Amino acid sequence: MKTFINLYKHTHTHTHTHTHTHIVMSGSSTRPRLMKHAHAQSRDSVKMAAGQQWVLVEMVQAFYEAPAYHLILEGILILWIIRLLFSKTYKLQERSDLTEKEKEELIEEWQPEPLVPPVSKDHPSLNYDVVTGPPSHKIIVNGKECINFASFNFLGLLDSERVKLKALLSLKKYGVGTCGPRGFYGTFDVHLELEERLAKFMRTEEAIIYSYGFATIASAIPAYSKRGDIIFVDEAACFSIQKGLQASRSFVKHFKHNDMEDLERLLKEQEIEDQKNPRKARVIRRFIVVEGLYINTADICPLPDLVKLKYKYKVRIFLEESMSFGVLGEHGRGVTEHFGVNIDDIDLISANMENALASIGGFCCGRSFVIDHQRLSGQGYCFSASLPPMLASAAIEALNIMEEDPGIFRVLQDKCKHVHKALQGTPGLKVVGEPLAPALHLQLENSTGSRTNDLKLLRAIVDYSMDRQIALTLARYLEKEERFLPPPSIRVVVTVEQTQEEIERAAQCIREAAVKILK
Amino acid sequence: MVHLFMNPFEKRITNSFEEAPMYVAVLTYMGYGIVILFGYFRDFLRAVGFEKCHQAQEREEQKDFVPLYQDFENFYKRNLYTRVRDNWNRPICSLPGPVFDIMERVSDDYNWTFRLTGRTIENVINMGSYNYLGFAENNVDFLKTVAEETRQYGVGVCSTRQELGNLSIHEKLERLVAEFLGVESAMAFGMGFATNSMNIPALVGKGCLILSDELNHTSLILGARLSGATIRVFKHNNMQSLEKMLKETICSGQPRTHRAWKKILIMVEGIYSMEGSLVRLPEILVLKKKYKAYLYLDEAHSIGAVGPTGRGVTEHFGVDPNEVDVLMGTFTKSFGAAGGYIAGKKELVDYLRSHSHSAVYATAMSPPVVEQIIRAIKCIMGVDGTTEGQRRVRQLAENTRYLRSRLKEMGFIIYGNQDSPVVPLLLYLPGKVGAFSRAMLKRKIGVVVVGFPATPITEARARFCVSAAHTREMLDKVLQSLDELGDYIKVKFSRHRSSYRPELYDETDFELDS
Repeated sequence: MKTFINLYKHTHTHTHTHTHTHIVMSGSSTRPRLMKHAHAQSRDSVKMAAGQQWVLVEMVQAFYEAPAYHLILEGILILWIIRLLFSKTYKLQERSDLTEKEKEELIEEWQPEPLVPPVSKDHPSLNYDVVTGPPSHKIIVNGKECINFASFNFLGLLDSERVKLKALLSLKKYGVGTCGPRGFYGTFDVHLELEERLAKFMRTEEAIIYSYGFATIASAIPAYSKRGDIIFVDEAACFSIQKGLQASRSFVKHFKHNDMEDLERLLKEQEIEDQKNPRKARVIRRFIVVEGLYINTADICPLPDLVKLKYKYKVRIFLEESMSFGVLGEHGRGVTEHFGVNIDDIDLISANMENALASIGGFCCGRSFVIDHQRLSGQGYCFSASLPPMLASAAIEALNIMEEDPGIFRVLQDKCKHVHKALQGTPGLKVVGEPLAPALHLQLENSTGSRTNDLKLLRAIVDYSMDRQIALTLARYLEKEERFLPPPSIRVVVTVEQTQEEIERAAQCIREAAVKILK
Repeated sequence: MVHLFMNPFEKRITNSFEEAPMYVAVLTYMGYGIVILFGYFRDFLRAVGFEKCHQAQEREEQKDFVPLYQDFENFYKRNLYTRVRDNWNRPICSLPGPVFDIMERVSDDYNWTFRLTGRTIENVINMGSYNYLGFAENNVDFLKTVAEETRQYGVGVCSTRQELGNLSIHEKLERLVAEFLGVESAMAFGMGFATNSMNIPALVGKGCLILSDELNHTSLILGARLSGATIRVFKHNNMQSLEKMLKETICSGQPRTHRAWKKILIMVEGIYSMEGSLVRLPEILVLKKKYKAYLYLDEAHSIGAVGPTGRGVTEHFGVDPNEVDVLMGTFTKSFGAAGGYIAGKKELVDYLRSHSHSAVYATAMSPPVVEQIIRAIKCIMGVDGTTEGQRRVRQLAENTRYLRSRLKEMGFIIYGNQDSPVVPLLLYLPGKVGAFSRAMLKRKIGVVVVGFPATPITEARARFCVSAAHTREMLDKVLQSLDELGDYIKVKFSRHRSSYRPELYDETDFELDS
């Protein structure tokens, strides 16, 4: 037996409005009856206003007049409606509320993985080569004295007496650490001097120094490019660029290495996308991030083409020059000088001071409009202790040497060409990189099909050379972390200190090793 | 010394965060409101060309590019930061010791640019540098070995640890650090910031959970973000918040899939650099064990600075350092050098040696810097045959308590733990920040002030870093200046002034005993 409760309310809007409420309870067999008492009335608008006032009075009167049972039923009904309105149609509570006991069991059952997976004792990257004494032209690796073909000491400044002397003078005055970030009394006169000198050297308005080479571009990118912005980046970009991209949380679009057509394809795609939503396009910043001389492939980016694309598609260019600063160009200013590109056309140039300058840290340079922003937004700049003054002094002195004797770059470039040529025709190995690159890669011509085995073969060549006083190293990568993992290779680094004979000897040695090991 | 018997542990762990009176918060918001209104007004003047805009401008050729900066970011810098800009980045031209020389600079264009006058403000008392144990020093005898290393090695390395930049002195340093900390193994890195940001991604990744204190340093946050792990933030030093979160997250598992977490890493700091508070380590260790989480402890400010022999917060609380899974710290502060370390079990460090971003891609540490750290640690450990290191550790503790108790007595609101050499003094109002720092410099005291966005908007503050190298005279001069200035600019907001009296007598006991 079902009970239908119907509430009818009809109002007579006549001169005398009569409000009456009927409640009809009917059996299941009975259909609810609709009782219409409303009569079509010809309405007089003047009367109506007065009539409306009467409604309330009438309602109150009807309330008093109604019988008790009527009011009780009506009250129950209102409560019922309220209940219906506020109760949920389904019960959320029943879904997954765990009891305390169940929770405890879950916590008890949960077993975490170990903090780190075990590393086998003979893991190739666990046992480092040990260098005793300075890693300069002559280097003692694992107790054997070798000629260094592995450290990025391109200009041989690591060993410079002048640089050491300046560092010592600085040590005497400032001690070692700065004990604070740049903002909080960590700005020393030598930092200001170094920034000024770098800006002058690169012929830009402003330079900013970081205390760690890796952190430079990795901090600079997220200072400008934020969530929603777009970065076009070369596939061969180095790891610190990759980390900068990741920290920026921007959209990252990779183009094929040094392939301007592929880049333009992506730029065009974006242009089409922009036309669909021009309002949004007006706030999306876009950047091209490239390296001057790629550390992973040892070749140079086509900068003039990139500049053309920059103006065509209105994209800013960030250029990483750690390998090309102090190497390329007549005065060592890097890839802009190499191509004769106006440095103002590049929005930001970053490089570390750990290779050619043989100190520690890195710098960014460009127009003040761009660079100054990092002083508040470059995380590695703001939140890290500043560069120890003695390292800044050393970098200043290294810059002095570079400015006084630009002939040094010519010497380096000649040596690079020499090494590149001498390594050609090594059986089983191919030279990867441009003749001007100071850090080449030797890759296997025919891979064994397994990276581990390839690395073992290459390591055998390194060891063979090391036994014969030629210090080489494998190029190391984090295999699981790299976006596009470069093939295994031996790094061959050129420095101005290497003599003709040493280069020949090294090439000879590598050839022998290749013949012997690769068969 | 009755209180020590009562509950020594509770005392060591208490961090005070006195709240400011209501009117201060209201005034602070009003202060920001006024500056912002003026900012809009001046932007208007600039727009109509009435006021000259000193900011560097975009190149003509690139005017039609998408603007490089967002408007608000620029608004803040242009109209708020520039007004007080002279209080940061003050260049110095001497050792960052207990006193230093500041290069005088003036601005001819209302703080848009600065010009060095060529004069120096000499012998300014340094209350800003993180020179906790006074190892920022240039005494020739102390630096003899550092100079020798410089002569022998030069300053660079020009290679990474995994390639050909692993010098024997790096390994020597790492053995010493492990020994100093009392753990199996350690690895050193060239930059403190990067130690966090480049190693956390090696430890955790997708499917892992990081529970991070809300006041953790930027480097920890960046590292956590780069790792790809899920990040949840718990209230500062709040164990209820942490436990609740641990319980909930373990029960619910990973978001969406509800798969069980691979691992959970709790990230905390030993001393929080802006609050001066000490981590509630003993309680965290209990929780960590109960819920099988791992603990990452960043001791950037606490290593060397707390603990009876300078071993950091583990020693301060009498906890075995091996109970902490990952011990991280920097060499920048107490050791007066640069760089950072991670220490712990051998498996952990071995894993980092082969998988740390830093070991593979970043240039190894500079040899003279390594030698400075070795020298400092040897001094603290006393293996150099002197008690100088221990004297410094004790001196720092004494200086810290002295400064803190006197400041409280004067009625300033001071945050943090009584043993923390990081001493934040609350200023609240944005207008007082600049005034405070400038007036202190006039009295030849260099202080650090911080405001929004480094702190919550209503909690601008000055921060002092106590050093073992501060003499009692220096501290007294600082205190006297603060007392006068505090009355003058009215920043003695504390309402517990009198209640600190009894504690002061305890302090006297403490000094007599030590």
